[in-house]
Amino acid sequence: MKFSETYIGGILFASASLLTGLRTTLKEFFTPKVTEQYPENRATLKISERHRAMLYMPLDENGNNKCIACGLCQSACPNSTIIVKTKNIVDEESGKSKKVLDEYIYDLGSCMFCQLCVNACPKDAIAFNNQFENAVFDRKKLVIRLNK
Amino acid sequence: MYNFEIITSAIDHFLHSVMPAQLAVITECVLIAVCTLVAYVAFAIVMIFMERKVCAAFQCRLGPTRVGFWGLLQVFADVFKMLIKEIISINNSDSLLYRLAPYLVVLSSILTFSCLPFDKGLQVLDFNVGVFFLMAASSFGVLGILLAGWSSNNKFSMIGAMRSGAQMISYELSIGLCMLTMVVLSGTMQISEIVEQQVDGWFIFKGHLPAVVAFIIYLIAGNAETNRAPFDLPEAESELTAGYHTEYSGMHFGFFYVAEFMNLFIVAGIASTLFLGGWTPLYIKGFDSFNAIMDYIPGIVWFLGKTFFLIWVLMWFRWTFPRLRVDHVPTLEWKYMVPIGLVNLLIMTICVVMNWIF
Ligand code: SF4
Ligand code: SF4
Repeated sequence: MKFSETYIGGILFASASLLTGLRTTLKEFFTPKVTEQYPENRATLKISERHRAMLYMPLDENGNNKCIACGLCQSACPNSTIIVKTKNIVDEESGKSKKVLDEYIYDLGSCMFCQLCVNACPKDAIAFNNQFENAVFDRKKLVIRLNK
Repeated sequence: MYNFEIITSAIDHFLHSVMPAQLAVITECVLIAVCTLVAYVAFAIVMIFMERKVCAAFQCRLGPTRVGFWGLLQVFADVFKMLIKEIISINNSDSLLYRLAPYLVVLSSILTFSCLPFDKGLQVLDFNVGVFFLMAASSFGVLGILLAGWSSNNKFSMIGAMRSGAQMISYELSIGLCMLTMVVLSGTMQISEIVEQQVDGWFIFKGHLPAVVAFIIYLIAGNAETNRAPFDLPEAESELTAGYHTEYSGMHFGFFYVAEFMNLFIVAGIASTLFLGGWTPLYIKGFDSFNAIMDYIPGIVWFLGKTFFLIWVLMWFRWTFPRLRVDHVPTLEWKYMVPIGLVNLLIMTICVVMNWIF
């Protein structure tokens, strides 16, 4: 029989383990608190870069939209949150007709931030940013056109 | 040293001089009742606020900060919410017992509360078997809890009440043994006398080893008496919804809630009375100037300081330890605390007889 299983040993063992717990919580009592006082600390607030708050379309270095209107994001989205509207324009050099992006409609109200659309995109034309203050008074305002 | 008896006897004389003796006694009773109830509610409010803040600190949070400065008005908001809630009557419940139960719980805790010696002469109930009265008054709270579970017509309430009954009645024993240990040391059961004897040294120092053991057992058993974690099996949320007060709403629930907090205050208050010297200041032998400074701090500050420190310790326990398993609760009591308490009582008696105390 181990000492910790005897009567006296059990008491000592239990007291030691309880004291360990007490020490841990006492340390926690005096550590700086993690609570974010949100509206007051807006200036200093740090939101993780990887936070998914809002879909946006990053532009390339020339300031052009990278989207090629392939529609993969639209088909990847389980919620039908994205609607890619396309139009045909005629290329001046070759004279061929070409499909380009007309409107990129994103419904923030039905997005569940699964990021499947971003992963599906072959051109990295869409990404999530951490602009989380998206509350509005009207549901219609959540349907956003992402391309300019 | 401050003495409240001067004030109370002045009021007594004044009342006797302006009205006949009987009327004066009735007026005094009413005055004392009002003061006790006001103090009871005031301490309950302080305790609820303290619980929120201390709990938050242990969990690395800030606690309420929005209602009023530093969240100070949060408790009043809570109380107001509870007051305007509907008191629901339950189908097929035993309505008389159902309504009676919360009052029994509160009554028991108010009776115990009025035994606490806040300062020299500032004590409502004080007579020669005060410790017995204290134990008797505090133990009929369990009746209210049993009735609440019985009359609610709900199996969760019933199980919670039965657990509470089993737990409180067995831990009562340890509390009794610890109190007896201190009664052996002091040689009196009158609470004011017990405190008076600690002027030249708190009992936890005077009684050294057995007093410390009794103190620890008292804290554990007292925690179990108040049905707070880690002994919160009667209202274990994850198993029993809310235990015996599942069916209660509005202010009836509020009574249980307040009584639970005040029982915590009472347990801490009694611990500070029996072990830490109640309202007596801390004296260190030989440091006369230090002792003189300590004398300037009023007794009530000493008492409340010690009590709130012990409350903090009990809250520390609460937010550290996980809940005990049902079968471990009686094991802890009957296999560990009662035998140790009995042996401790014996050791204390030997110490007192052989005069091995300071
Ligand atoms: S994150 Fe998910 S739900 Fe939202 S738009 Fe992308 S694919 Fe659809
Ligand atoms: S955002 Fe990407 S996936 Fe969606 S249409 Fe444009 S290029 Fe295709």
